Amino acid sequence: MIAPGAAQGIQVGRARATTQLTIRVNVWQRTSQLLLDAVGVAVALVMLFPIYWMVATAFKPGRDILTLTPKWIPAPFTLQNFQDAISRPFFLDDVRNSVVIVGVMLVMALAIAFLAAVGTARFGFRGRTAFLVMIIAVQMVPLNALIIPVYLMLDGIGQTDALPGVIAVYLAVVLPFMVWTLRGFVANIPAELEEAAMIDGCTRTGAALRITLPLVGPGLVATAIFGFIQAWNEYIIAYVLLSSPHNQTLTVWLASFTTNHGPEWGPLMAGATLTGLPVVALFLVLQRYLAGGLAAGAVKG
Amino acid sequence: MGLAIAAPDLGSALRRYAGLRSRLLPYALISPSVAAIAGILAFPLGMLVWLSLQRYGLRELIAHSGQWIGLDNYRTILADPVFRQVVVRSVLFTLACVALSVGLSTLIALLLLKVRKAVRILVMSALVFVWATPVIVTVDIWQWMFDYEFGVINYLLTQLHVGNFIHHNWFDDPIQGFTVFILVVVWGAIPFVTITLYAGLLQIPSDVIDSARVDGAGRWQTFRFVTAPMLKPIFLIVTCLSTIWDFGVFQQIYVMLNARPSADYFTIAIYSYRESFGVAKYGLGAAIAVILVLILVIVTFFYVRETVKVAEIA
Repeated sequence: MIAPGAAQGIQVGRARATTQLTIRVNVWQRTSQLLLDAVGVAVALVMLFPIYWMVATAFKPGRDILTLTPKWIPAPFTLQNFQDAISRPFFLDDVRNSVVIVGVMLVMALAIAFLAAVGTARFGFRGRTAFLVMIIAVQMVPLNALIIPVYLMLDGIGQTDALPGVIAVYLAVVLPFMVWTLRGFVANIPAELEEAAMIDGCTRTGAALRITLPLVGPGLVATAIFGFIQAWNEYIIAYVLLSSPHNQTLTVWLASFTTNHGPEWGPLMAGATLTGLPVVALFLVLQRYLAGGLAAGAVKG
Repeated sequence: MGLAIAAPDLGSALRRYAGLRSRLLPYALISPSVAAIAGILAFPLGMLVWLSLQRYGLRELIAHSGQWIGLDNYRTILADPVFRQVVVRSVLFTLACVALSVGLSTLIALLLLKVRKAVRILVMSALVFVWATPVIVTVDIWQWMFDYEFGVINYLLTQLHVGNFIHHNWFDDPIQGFTVFILVVVWGAIPFVTITLYAGLLQIPSDVIDSARVDGAGRWQTFRFVTAPMLKPIFLIVTCLSTIWDFGVFQQIYVMLNARPSADYFTIAIYSYRESFGVAKYGLGAAIAVILVLILVIVTFFYVRETVKVAEIA
């Protein structure tokens, strides 16, 4: 015969065991969570360190840069490196060239890509698949392999060492990706919206411009960022095609920074910071669009 | 009378005209893209093949016409022992870069699912920062960090007792040099691959994972048999793109070695560039470039097929 008190005791004991188990599971969960978080922070720090080191070096005075024991924080702080970088020959010329090349290229590329995106997303026509296959396949051709013929072709029509040649090449390089991405965005907008506008008296062009264009705004922004980054960061085409210093782009200017006495690390890091700044700024401001565009692309494959 | 007969004719002609116009419209819409891509990418690609069949040096450059020599450039290249080394070196370099980029990125993407929100935002911001930094800028940074005299890496390795790295020149020995290049390339590739994979992971419905768990699958089994197969298209994309990019790596090596790479550092891209622009053998350089494209065509064939398949379904 079991006393009522014993049953109670068993219950209490079981309850205590459960609590202990929960506590143990909780502790284990919390430790592993802490561990994972620590790994995450470590990954972030390792990834960020080179960029931090560039910025830190850019703000250090010369004697703090060339030390056998590195100074981790730019404690005496100076803008001298930035002044040196900016006052180097052709900095302003090359900034202007980069801006002109990327700006003109982007405007043309967005217009052309939007037309093709509407064409392939809204119409079925003979050769559509062939066009799409070409768009994908052409992205697979490494740019490095095309430098020789592109150089000879532009040389034949006198467009080496001139901005239009570079603009044309960049345009062709970013177009396939832009068309492909924008096509996805246009296809996601119901065609019924355009049809409704046309019933209400819009022309086909009017419907495309007033309905579709505003709705693919995020898509245009996302593709524009990709185009901007690719063109702004491009080095080898600009390096081969643009030979005179006042015609070059910022990346070429940066790569030719080394003097006869070896690299001047302070000004070089300042120049690198300045070159990277616009891209990073754009990225951070427009990250939201970018993530959406990427995810859209990822689902579609 | 004549007018009455003409009227329906005119109407049908107009309708036919309108039909023709709307049938031609899509072609008009894609024609600027086709023109730009054909003129600036496809035409040079054809020209590359044509050039590779010619002797094309400085004299021919000035005269704007080459001398037809058939497959001689290819014979020269394939008999060249240096070129064989270059191909092997490029393939090994690419394999290491792609394996490390995709492997590490997968781990980071999976980690991103597990960490708390603040850490996730931190890691994402770090990735975006690295991604946004121009390659040429990152090359300068790493060059500075690996500087033999004042580089921070030599200091850290010495302090961590990995060995004596004071005044250690990483580029004396090509194996060490390529280790540095692999590090630079992988570090630069991780953001794109990780963010793409992470976006893919978020698309996987959680009930699929849950039901796998309920059915008794462990963590590794869930990844191996549920997550990985669902991510296959995305794995395919990032692997292919990484292969193309890493096989064509140029700036990292060329600029880090101050535009004077020694023969030990020739990859296909650098070799092709040197043969054409360094010693003015454009025909030979073109032949090397054609081989590079052919190798990549084989690699990317599967990717293009898969992408087109997905696009047809969508």
